[in-house]
Amino acid sequence: MDIHEYQAKKILSDFGVKIPTGGIVYSPENAENKAREIGGSKWVVKAQVHSGARGKAGGIIICNSPLEVADATDKLLGKKLITNQTGPDGKIINRIYIEEATDIKHELYLGLVFDRSSESIMVVASTEGGMSVEEISKEKPETIIRSKIEVAVGIQQFQAREIAFGLGIESKLISRAANTIIGCYKAFSELDATMVEVNPLVVSQQDEILALDCKMSFDNNAMFRRDEIAELRDKTQENSNEVYASDRGMNYVSLDGNIGNIINGAGLAMASMDMIKLAGGEPANFLDVGGGATPEKIVKAFKLISLDTRVKVILVNIFAGINRCDWVAEGIVQALSKIEIKHPLVIRLAGTNVEKGNEILKKSNINYVEASTLEDAANKAVKALG
Amino acid sequence: MSIIIHKNTKILVQGFTGKIGSFHAEEMIKYGSNVVGGVTPGKGGMTHLNLPVFNTVKEAVDKTGASTSILFVPPAFAADSAMEAADAGIKTCVAITDGIPSHDMVKIKRYMRRYPKDKKMGLVGPNCAGIISPGKSMLGIMPGHIYKEGKIGIVSRSGTLGYEAAQQLKDLKIGVSTSVGIGGDPINGSSFRDIIEKFENDDETIAVLMIGEIGGPQEVEAGQFAKENMSKPVIAYIAGLTAPKGRVMGHAGAIVSAYGESAIEKVELLKECGVTISKNPSVMGETVKKVLVENNLN
Repeated sequence: MDIHEYQAKKILSDFGVKIPTGGIVYSPENAENKAREIGGSKWVVKAQVHSGARGKAGGIIICNSPLEVADATDKLLGKKLITNQTGPDGKIINRIYIEEATDIKHELYLGLVFDRSSESIMVVASTEGGMSVEEISKEKPETIIRSKIEVAVGIQQFQAREIAFGLGIESKLISRAANTIIGCYKAFSELDATMVEVNPLVVSQQDEILALDCKMSFDNNAMFRRDEIAELRDKTQENSNEVYASDRGMNYVSLDGNIGNIINGAGLAMASMDMIKLAGGEPANFLDVGGGATPEKIVKAFKLISLDTRVKVILVNIFAGINRCDWVAEGIVQALSKIEIKHPLVIRLAGTNVEKGNEILKKSNINYVEASTLEDAANKAVKALG
Repeated sequence: MSIIIHKNTKILVQGFTGKIGSFHAEEMIKYGSNVVGGVTPGKGGMTHLNLPVFNTVKEAVDKTGASTSILFVPPAFAADSAMEAADAGIKTCVAITDGIPSHDMVKIKRYMRRYPKDKKMGLVGPNCAGIISPGKSMLGIMPGHIYKEGKIGIVSRSGTLGYEAAQQLKDLKIGVSTSVGIGGDPINGSSFRDIIEKFENDDETIAVLMIGEIGGPQEVEAGQFAKENMSKPVIAYIAGLTAPKGRVMGHAGAIVSAYGESAIEKVELLKECGVTISKNPSVMGETVKKVLVENNLN
């Protein structure tokens, strides 16, 4: 789960990381007042959307008066910001963060992730702040510092100091920088985060170490014990079909094609998408209804796919194990008696009692094409596109 | 032989009396697995499915001599149960539970480092289908009848894609020595490398089918191990050719976040390691057959 910049800043500041003074606003009037309240002579107006690269997309505006702050807010609110990470549809701007401008001396990069190889938490830092970590590893890989943190004992002062010295920070600022790194680590490890990225982390002309922009992501599997984080979810930043699916316990990812998929198991779902592509088609979605594929889940899945207006053909691919194909087939028949599907339907069942399952489908009045193997199913789905 | 579980392996079910634990325990017993009891804290002394229930894993191990456990405990309590198994001297624990937080997995892995190698529990999963040695024992939630007894080792992240492979092999009259599901989570108990090493050391296994997917370094690490240490042929299929970068594809671990983690990159890196690639998921069985013929193994 992703959260907004201002939410991440609030969390990090609770862990001792310094951030510029700022506040969230929902209207131009609100924004003007907030700018006066913050004080100073220069402000940054920042669109709050779940995406990086907001600056290049026009989502960050520097202003020299409270009136300019109000105008900039007016310009951004309610618009969709299209960045190189949002896709062509962009993301709606419903919240604006107003912040005092910072006089920057150096821009640095600081990130924390799980390292899947060593099964530890990895701190990644670089002197090249402001660039994405992908750009840094391509263009300036020599500047990257990596430090593995042993989770049982957590980050040590010396490790944070080593990173700070590695970033070329002046001696008098080392302990401030180390505390910033330690604060980020604590936020990561104490709140079930999967990613903390401060980019840029800056050294200001006034010798402060400030988190100028930050992103945090959290482990969806840990939300049962993180009510305070779960509350920060902003569904307006997510694809509406994906929200519909996740609220109903299904794994769904919207893609660009026109062949809708209903599949049990994440691996089989990815494999079926691959087969569609190899057959010359494009999948409209990834959908895993779960290993069980109960009739209730199949009904929900058909409802979900029918929300997608781009879908022209629906492919159902279920490998029934303990739940048996005859039972799954009855589920499909039930589902289709409840909702009307106008598109051609290709169904491939495999596994336990496959003959019985296909028999049930044949005897029903469902209009569909039967497929035997994964390859056959993909070919028939592409053919059905016409 | 087979790997990890055999005909007489004594099995405990953790989360035995719950709905899911009960259902799958019964399936395992029907298959012929030697289930000797279960653990549900607070329900010790009861009898369930004609088997004893214990309060602690330690007591269950003492009374039954079990060496192996399967875990159906809900995500919030699963890490605790896995560590309890490790401490009680269980040799292999298969965690079926889906939804264990990554921070908990890191904690379990760290906890298990306190044991010397010969006393350290092997954790398989979580979020996996489990293990089956066809005709001998089933320690999982798979449909046992789709696996034919034989000599191919299967190791897969995905459950259903592993079933797909077993079915394709069976249709070609090829059997399986053991099939291991390692699960779809980013941090898991046993890696591909851990399992293919066991297959290399197993007399009965003649070739290994590895079914991977996007995300993480494990498939390529296994490929490198195979190149340097294995005499048996390895065949691989990697799912997620069409998966977009940076998105989680169902499995928490199925996300491309670095070089070498996409399906195309993994396929290229595995080919360099001498692994034979099944070019699509429909021909996993045929590809195994072809490799067996080429190596005079059939």
